[in-house]
Amino acid sequence: MKIAVCIKQVPTREWQPRLDDSKTWVREADASFEMNEPDAYALEEALRLKEKHSGEVVVCSAGPARVAQVIREALARGADRAIHVEGDQLASADAFVTSAALAAAMKDEKFDLTLTGLQSDDQGFAQVGVILAEKLGLPHATIIMEVLIDGSNLRVKRELEGGWFQMVSMPLPAVLTIQSGINQLRYATLKGIMAAKKKEIRKAASSSDGAGKQRIVSLYTPEKGKKTQLIGGSPAEAAKELVRKLRDEARVI
Amino acid sequence: MAGVLVVAEQRQGKLNRASWETIVGAQQLGGDITVLVPGTQTGAVANELAAAQVKEIVTLEHAALEPYTPDGFTAALQDAIGQLAPDFVLLPHTYQTRDFAPKLAARLDRAIITDVTGVKQSGADTVFIRPMFQGKLTADVAPLGPGPHFITFQIGAYRIDQVAKGASPAGVRALTVNLDASQIRQKPEPPFQQAKQAVDLSQAERIVSVGRGIKEQSNIHVAEELAAALGAEIAASRPICDAGWLPMERQVGSSGQTVAPKLYLALGISGAIQHLVGMKGASTIVAINKDPDAPIFEVADYGIVGDLFEIVPAIIAAVKS
Repeated sequence: MKIAVCIKQVPTREWQPRLDDSKTWVREADASFEMNEPDAYALEEALRLKEKHSGEVVVCSAGPARVAQVIREALARGADRAIHVEGDQLASADAFVTSAALAAAMKDEKFDLTLTGLQSDDQGFAQVGVILAEKLGLPHATIIMEVLIDGSNLRVKRELEGGWFQMVSMPLPAVLTIQSGINQLRYATLKGIMAAKKKEIRKAASSSDGAGKQRIVSLYTPEKGKKTQLIGGSPAEAAKELVRKLRDEARVI
Repeated sequence: MAGVLVVAEQRQGKLNRASWETIVGAQQLGGDITVLVPGTQTGAVANELAAAQVKEIVTLEHAALEPYTPDGFTAALQDAIGQLAPDFVLLPHTYQTRDFAPKLAARLDRAIITDVTGVKQSGADTVFIRPMFQGKLTADVAPLGPGPHFITFQIGAYRIDQVAKGASPAGVRALTVNLDASQIRQKPEPPFQQAKQAVDLSQAERIVSVGRGIKEQSNIHVAEELAAALGAEIAASRPICDAGWLPMERQVGSSGQTVAPKLYLALGISGAIQHLVGMKGASTIVAINKDPDAPIFEVADYGIVGDLFEIVPAIIAAVKS
């Protein structure tokens, strides 16, 4: 079974974004990066499927040279090889550009199953997996919490809202977007890190010029919807003042 | 006037209330608004939505639209959009929309802007406001290329009571589409609930909720002690339940429960959108977080920036004194 996992490199969750001079993107030079969390779960699921059904896991990422970091990490965790669609314009690309870049690099590989995270922690479109499926002409399902494979039939557990789920079957090949928490992540071992150095990373040129279907006109710090009363002082002082306000002002305790 | 098509979400006659919010979004955008009701047993929902101040309600019935599949909805809506020729197609940013709308936009090769919280004019452009970087930044985004442009609205972006009602009900008509059921590749089974929801957090008056800031499972007792002192239920953001530190039925957010207690006290929760949609209806929100820039402070009434492991014991002491 030949499984592709599409991963994105995103700024770490702890990073407080700062704007660049154009005020339409962030100052990437200030950021530290990590693997997009739902993509890490997609990778883990692919590795578990390979352990069960044998085959190959190929990690695919579209982005500038810096994304080699998360590709190496994926290889260290157990992916067999990688495809890196490289282009500086992919750093801030919309979902059409990203999925077109991935589709072009992936289509000749004829993957049986493609997994990716349900959305990214940076732009958060929640579109790439679905558009990729359409571009590859494949069936898809989103927000998946379980993947079962029986021959050429795929049966998945799709998360619905409010604690509901649904099983959905479809033929392979297919594309799935994976929800965080589907499994328990593994971390790279020293042996894995050493082995990753010998694994193939195929560089694919980006055919896209980066002209997407949306443009960020401006980027800014959110305007506060509510006026938050920030309570200062020592922990004991702040706690005492908070309890007083909850009793006397808000009257909720 | 721009033609604006709202795609309502309903299942066998039961309307997803977020459809009303999307109608508010359409009214803010302005134009000739048509509300499309796809599925089966659409009549009652169509009549309910006809109360809105819109041009007309159009039902789109086909046996192959129940149960929902992305292949079925994409094909049916592609046909309907071809017939109705709108400039904008607006949808609520539900899990169902997320499952098919990007496919539909890609099929038509048109722009799609997701998770939108508002609409505004920027010079000659209509721009759509959406969160980025986990809500730490906000972007004004303009769609590019020919229409229709697809816009999905974040749940809670508008309040249902903001909807303008018409003087008399809008007209309702039916639209027929060609849909070949054999082209639908997904075979869905009936929805189910995983665990019996033993805990109904929606009825809780007070909730103490924990996020990643609690750091370790062995620290959960810190929050439990506070909950006990306040007479509150314990809840959590998704990562805590994913890790198994608290059961899934304690999860608040888009994939868990939606709550509206008198008091919601968020400990070490950064405030990702998926969490905020589940709790921002609380009357009083308290946030305790070490990061002063955490988005949770955007919705909090009271905030303490600091180490929850120092602050929580002090609150327990203050409550008991």
